[in-house]
Amino acid sequence: MTTTDVTLPQVAPPDAQGRRGRRRVMGAGKHLHAGPVTYVVLALFAAVSLAPLLWTVVAASRTNARLAQTPPPFWIGGNLFKNLERAWNEAGMGTAMVNTILVASAITVGTVLFSTLAGFAFAKLQFRFSSLLLLLTIGTMMVPPQLAVVPLYLWMSDLGWANQLQTVILPTLVSAFGTFFMRQYLVGALPSELIEAARVDGASSLRVVWHVVFPAARPAMAVLGLLTFVMAWNDFLWPIIALNAENPTVQVALNQLGTGYIPDDSVIMAGALLGTLPLLIAFLLFGKQIVGGIMQGAVKG
Amino acid sequence: MTVSKEALAQSASSAEAAPSDKEGAARGTHGRGTAKAPDSWRSRLYRWDMKASPYAFISPFFIIFGAFSLVPLLYTAWYSLHNVQLSSLDTQTWAGLDNYTNLFASDFFWNALRNTFSIGLLSTVPQLAVAIWLAHMLNYRLRGSTLWRVVMLTPYATSVAAATLVFALLYQPENGMINWAFDLVGLDPVNWKESDWGSQFAISSIVIWRWTGYNALIYLAAMQAIPADLYESAALDGANRWQQFRHVTIPMLRPTILFTVVVSTIGATQLFGEPLLFGGVSGSKGGSEHQYQTLGLYMYDQGWMIGNLGKASAIAWSMFLILLVIAAINMLISRRLRKSQ
Repeated sequence: MTTTDVTLPQVAPPDAQGRRGRRRVMGAGKHLHAGPVTYVVLALFAAVSLAPLLWTVVAASRTNARLAQTPPPFWIGGNLFKNLERAWNEAGMGTAMVNTILVASAITVGTVLFSTLAGFAFAKLQFRFSSLLLLLTIGTMMVPPQLAVVPLYLWMSDLGWANQLQTVILPTLVSAFGTFFMRQYLVGALPSELIEAARVDGASSLRVVWHVVFPAARPAMAVLGLLTFVMAWNDFLWPIIALNAENPTVQVALNQLGTGYIPDDSVIMAGALLGTLPLLIAFLLFGKQIVGGIMQGAVKG
Repeated sequence: MTVSKEALAQSASSAEAAPSDKEGAARGTHGRGTAKAPDSWRSRLYRWDMKASPYAFISPFFIIFGAFSLVPLLYTAWYSLHNVQLSSLDTQTWAGLDNYTNLFASDFFWNALRNTFSIGLLSTVPQLAVAIWLAHMLNYRLRGSTLWRVVMLTPYATSVAAATLVFALLYQPENGMINWAFDLVGLDPVNWKESDWGSQFAISSIVIWRWTGYNALIYLAAMQAIPADLYESAALDGANRWQQFRHVTIPMLRPTILFTVVVSTIGATQLFGEPLLFGGVSGSKGGSEHQYQTLGLYMYDQGWMIGNLGKASAIAWSMFLILLVIAAINMLISRRLRKSQ
């Protein structure tokens, strides 16, 4: 309590002019300007975040022999395109990229479509057990994918679908997170009056979805699409069980590389670079939206 | 207080208004229909559409989740009671609880459980602590705030496989970048591949690297929802910045912290890709001495390397039960916390 008495007089009134007085009173971060120390620490964090990625490029541009020498290389060498070519051809990264684009796109379209439909129903339509079903949907997020893997593998083998892309696509086509994400967005973003107006005009549910829900949901659909694409591209467990080296996704191909398919570190790094580059480009273009989507999902989740 | 009461009253009245509006609209169309042709197929179709479409819209999720997660989950339990070999998939014989008794008698299972726990702790605790600190800094008024956020999130865009391959190279005991840097500052090299703690630390660092920025964004979102006047009154009471952080920010973040703890715990229980690829050829064994074989890896090794899918199913179900126990403990703790507030 004594500290209160001591510090109180030092505190400037809320309407004090100047940054210093203001800083002491407000305290809340978003009203504070960051000092130089904050920038230095953030720059360090940024360096740690980016360094492994930048070094991947360095390592991918060297020879295997150079990577084995002790002062590790810090700057780009002359072998980048040769290594990329080897990864593309010998390690099957070419097929893997095409496959991954197909798989991730299909999963993204399915997830966004189904999540929007279900999210709309949970947000705006009245039906029996809707809150219970929503709770169930969220609860399914607790089920680890490991629990489905053995039977799925057996069934897909029975169907003759081993090593086929639909094996990877089908189980991942819907998302509880996506459904909840779209529901939270549509509760606020879609005015019920709009739906009712369409209803009064005699619009069927599908017409309402097409003409009212989709336009209103478009920003959230775009964000969910980006998040889903990143997740589908990076999915690991089920693809490496369901697919093999003949018809891999990028992650399966990288797993083959890592477990000694080609024991050449510079080619492995070239493969890692190829597998990450498309997402990094997407990040450059849509980073702001992805960040916003994660923050939005977090606040409401 | 008054604000929230008002908001409550408002939402209550709008909730009441919505159904009555709808009834009115429905009655209106129905009325028009009955005036001309009682129960025309159009109005019947319309009413059927109103009733059935919500279920139609949510059904893809439940059908696909049911078919590819729920039914398999039950089948996994069934297979865990059977002898199922990868080499002869068509012959499955009843094994009772053999898979489980074998599992619990196996040192490798307990080793994997211990490793999952220690790597989970090593990766989750620093990751969340650093994420809060990072979020706190990102919450300042920053130049180029979006750019900082995007940069901190880039590791999230990197796949487990790509990230692990890079770190495996950086952690190479003989000529890796990290031991080279250790040598530069006069530290002894660490055997990041063979030693127990060294390898577990290395694997945890991959997890920390990939997820810290993501969690920081989640915390940042929650921090931005904290009303500024809480800080103002704390400041007026003479709380310095650290005290404000300790007594305002952390308590207000408690639900978010619990959420991230649950999510990271689930993630840690399933840890698989990082140790698999970190180990290279000995990956599915979790290193030459199984020093970083996690439960997820143990399941993969038993099921697809050794070929005992029945035992793999038993491991999967054990993982699930462990997760349920963790979830229950979590619920107890959060309830206790809420009561003490």
